[in-house]
Amino acid sequence: MRQMRLFSSRDSGLVSELRLVIMVDESTRKTLSSIPLLSTKAGPRDKELWVNRLKEEYQALIKYVQNNKGSDNDWFRLESNKEGTRWFGKCWYMHNLLKYEFDVEFDIPVTYPTTAPEIALPELDGKTAKMYRGGKICLTDHFKPLWARNVPKFGIAHAMALGLGPWLAVEIPDLIEKGVISYKDRGDE
Amino acid sequence: MDTTEKLKSRIAELEIELANEKSKNAAPVRQKIAQMSSEVVDSNPYSRLMALKRMGIVDNYEKIRELTVAVVGVGGVGSVTAEMLTRCGIGKLVLFDYDKVELANMNRLFFQPHQAGLSKVDAAAKTLQAINPDVEIETHNYNITTVDNFQHFMDTISKSSLKKGAVDLVLSCVDNFEARMAINTACNELNQKWFESGVSENAVSGHIQFIVPGESACFGCAPPLVVAANIDEKTLKRDGVCAASLPTTMGIVAGFLVQNTLKYLLNFGDTSFYLGYNAMLDFFPTMTLRPNPNCDDRYCRQRQQEYQAKPKDITVAKEEIDDTPLHEDNEWGISLIDETVPDIEDTSATVSSGVRQAYTLPARPADPEPEIVSTETSGPSLEELMAQMKSI
Ligand SMILES: [Zn+2]
Repeated sequence: MRQMRLFSSRDSGLVSELRLVIMVDESTRKTLSSIPLLSTKAGPRDKELWVNRLKEEYQALIKYVQNNKGSDNDWFRLESNKEGTRWFGKCWYMHNLLKYEFDVEFDIPVTYPTTAPEIALPELDGKTAKMYRGGKICLTDHFKPLWARNVPKFGIAHAMALGLGPWLAVEIPDLIEKGVISYKDRGDE
Repeated sequence: MDTTEKLKSRIAELEIELANEKSKNAAPVRQKIAQMSSEVVDSNPYSRLMALKRMGIVDNYEKIRELTVAVVGVGGVGSVTAEMLTRCGIGKLVLFDYDKVELANMNRLFFQPHQAGLSKVDAAAKTLQAINPDVEIETHNYNITTVDNFQHFMDTISKSSLKKGAVDLVLSCVDNFEARMAINTACNELNQKWFESGVSENAVSGHIQFIVPGESACFGCAPPLVVAANIDEKTLKRDGVCAASLPTTMGIVAGFLVQNTLKYLLNFGDTSFYLGYNAMLDFFPTMTLRPNPNCDDRYCRQRQQEYQAKPKDITVAKEEIDDTPLHEDNEWGISLIDETVPDIEDTSATVSSGVRQAYTLPARPADPEPEIVSTETSGPSLEELMAQMKSI
């Protein structure tokens, strides 16, 4: 059976390349470059190798959180179950000097790190259209290509920096303005 | 005791009312039918299907009663897919979904407002069973992508047919990349044939893809394909919404999916390996996708080797069809490259007219396999790292 393959001269890969370069802004680029890259390509089904990967995940996360604290931009905490398959914690966003805090959670999919984790803020489920069911945040068109191009180097810290960080920066001020979320004095400030 | 009497009569009234309501809900139930008959009588739900046999389209339509299909994702595409297969008299359906029916789903087909709040698999099973009690329906209400559920998903796929073996076909009707990759992983490992299906987030394009591990490209062989919607990206507003959906596009994709499922299972016509749909232009690209020898999935590469070792049967008819150019109009500025010339490294994101890869990937080493990572026994242990993270 002879097969033909078709090529179009108009939409070459170059266009997508350019688009990617434009879409990652300078500050995100800087943040990204300060997070250690990971090297073990292993998912939660890969027993021993997964432990290596988890160590790298934690090392990258610790570094990222330390960087954030150092630059006065501390914005999340995460921890996992002992298998490292389920992650949970808090993230917060400062708006007009008030701190808005949310629970974060996600599972590590069996196809990780080929596919990124789907980060969720369950308490905002149903409050914004920029979410899928269960409060999973809706990522930009640029996240997935960028993630795919950086398998297995990107980890949870990168997903937070590229996915949740920008999402909060766009959505939270909007939700506050619309009155969908309001400041809760937790008495811990 | 006037009040007691009053209450008694009120109870009697209510009992009658309740009985009336109950009788309204009790829809006529049709009895199970042991054998598909081609007799044309108004009580035979299979007469028009069995007519396919009389007309010479399908050799043995009754075979459908022995077949099992798994439908993963019972949303806009999956529910309609399951209904079509049920009406066709499929032997058994295995349904997977972890979502609930919501009023926000009512722009799609199949589910009804009174089912809001029910799990999609349970609500679907009930409706399908009422439509055709001959179909055996098994449901699983969980997310297949988590570690805990994935093994159960694999076991179910490999043991749930009517003969307690692997299902005859898996149909992916999920709405996200993670779940598609999970199905891909499972099917490559199990050497399970499956169809991928999808509708774009802007609701105006869709596709189906037939994946025969080792023979055709798996879902992980290349970045996902997208049918160009011919919409200027700058005018496509995504602010404020994740995804749009239309019952029309979903119904069309479900129709394509089940049509090709039937063709494959009942052995008639040609099964499309890839069939796209561009709603803006009513354009339907088809093509065959060959597997990537450097696919990231090692089971995909193993299946490719197994397939190459197998003797091929080439039909003459196929060759004739393939020699005709696929597109008469050269609207997209296409140049044909004959595959018989030595393979050129494909760096183009465009796969075929009107279809392109969602993104491009950097060139990978020929064999991405053994990435021997030094087990860092010197550094801190995982427990220490977890504790450190907690204490920041
Ligand atoms: Zn593959």
